[in-house]
Amino acid sequence: MISKNKYQDRTLVQRAIQEIKDTVTQKWSIMEICGGQTHAFMHYGLNDLLPEEIELIHGPGCPVCVTSLELVDKAIAIASHEEVIFTSYGDMLRVPGSEKDLFSVRASGGDVRVVYSPIEALRIAHQNPDKQVVFFGIGFETTAPANAISVIKAREQGLDNFSMLVSHVRVPPAIHAILSSPMNKVQAFLAAGHVCAVMGLKEYKPIAEKYKIPITATGFEPLDLMLGILQTVRMLENDQHQVKNAYPRAVKYEGNIQAQTIISETFIECDRQWRGIGLIPMSGWKLRPEFQTFDAEFRFKVDHIQTRESEVCISGLILQGQKKPFECPAFREICTPQNPLGATMVSSEGACAAYYRYGKESYG
Amino acid sequence: MCLGIPGKIKEIFEINNIKMGKVDYSGVEVEVCLEATPEAKVDEYVIVHAGFSISRLSEDEANETLTLLQEIDEMNQKEHNQ
Repeated sequence: MISKNKYQDRTLVQRAIQEIKDTVTQKWSIMEICGGQTHAFMHYGLNDLLPEEIELIHGPGCPVCVTSLELVDKAIAIASHEEVIFTSYGDMLRVPGSEKDLFSVRASGGDVRVVYSPIEALRIAHQNPDKQVVFFGIGFETTAPANAISVIKAREQGLDNFSMLVSHVRVPPAIHAILSSPMNKVQAFLAAGHVCAVMGLKEYKPIAEKYKIPITATGFEPLDLMLGILQTVRMLENDQHQVKNAYPRAVKYEGNIQAQTIISETFIECDRQWRGIGLIPMSGWKLRPEFQTFDAEFRFKVDHIQTRESEVCISGLILQGQKKPFECPAFREICTPQNPLGATMVSSEGACAAYYRYGKESYG
Repeated sequence: MCLGIPGKIKEIFEINNIKMGKVDYSGVEVEVCLEATPEAKVDEYVIVHAGFSISRLSEDEANETLTLLQEIDEMNQKEHNQ
């Protein structure tokens, strides 16, 4: 029996923290790529328990946050079509587009529905043959198998009223972009355990070698997070540049081969715009040409989108780990989860939303 | 949506030719797609992300995660004995 409680056990977590304290001798900046981990650190108060030598830098691993403004505007344009049922994960509905969000499309009579997975969108397509059902396929490597299977099944089932607006992003090119920036101060990475569960660890080895940094695949429970930090700090202190696995119960070195096969049958790599960051070469996936008829951008011909970003919001700098949310003049003043200026305040994985929710107002 | 949550498979079935499972999270049961972990069996644990099982949890390796802490214990014990 695998006990979840074991990974939340206070005594075990405290022992891991003590070991981190005993190991660390100097300041280190470690980035947790995944926004889910940012929230977990704050939810459990773990960031306050770490020794002050360790600075956690919050990474861009929040798909809601980095989905480009152009794609959000395209989603809004598609959802505004009368014959469309637009389906999406809930967080995307409040992400600000250039002029409005998906919620306001729904308020104006558009059929915008929150779904838990793309399988639900397929079901809606089956139930509404006279409507066009579009799913907003956002996410990193973790949602890619789900989105890929949905498109494969739609084709198998001849569901010609289903399509997907694809906004897939990948972690390794983002790490490359962060480490090659002249502003970079990240010295090690916690790689997201669920991304590694799908893709394995092999993509990270060349990165660790090229940039001479440690990378540790890390889970989400308090003990997982602290063991991830501990493995990372040990490598930093010993000047080791390896890829380690602190989440072996879910992550195999080779990853989930079945999931990788499904992904590569459906998607090919492409350049991708990241909101607040810009274009990262070959950092995305798009549908293969043989699935073009299931591509909502192709089906609805939504070109010529003119975008306009907020002038105040600094979410781009926050997503790159160069600023903290409380350094933004709009934070908590005019930008709140109820009235977000940027996606980092909307998403349950966004750094601004985490700082707002858990009341972090300053360094320390 | 972004936490990979482990749950226990209670039942496996098909809907529209898609392999699905009923997965239990400490009493809450949710329908999950099992196509990416087709070898998963009833009573096994899987990590679920956005309604899809993305990884089977390994019991043996779950225990290995704690090896690191056992090492710490052993080190502390040695220091204590010295």
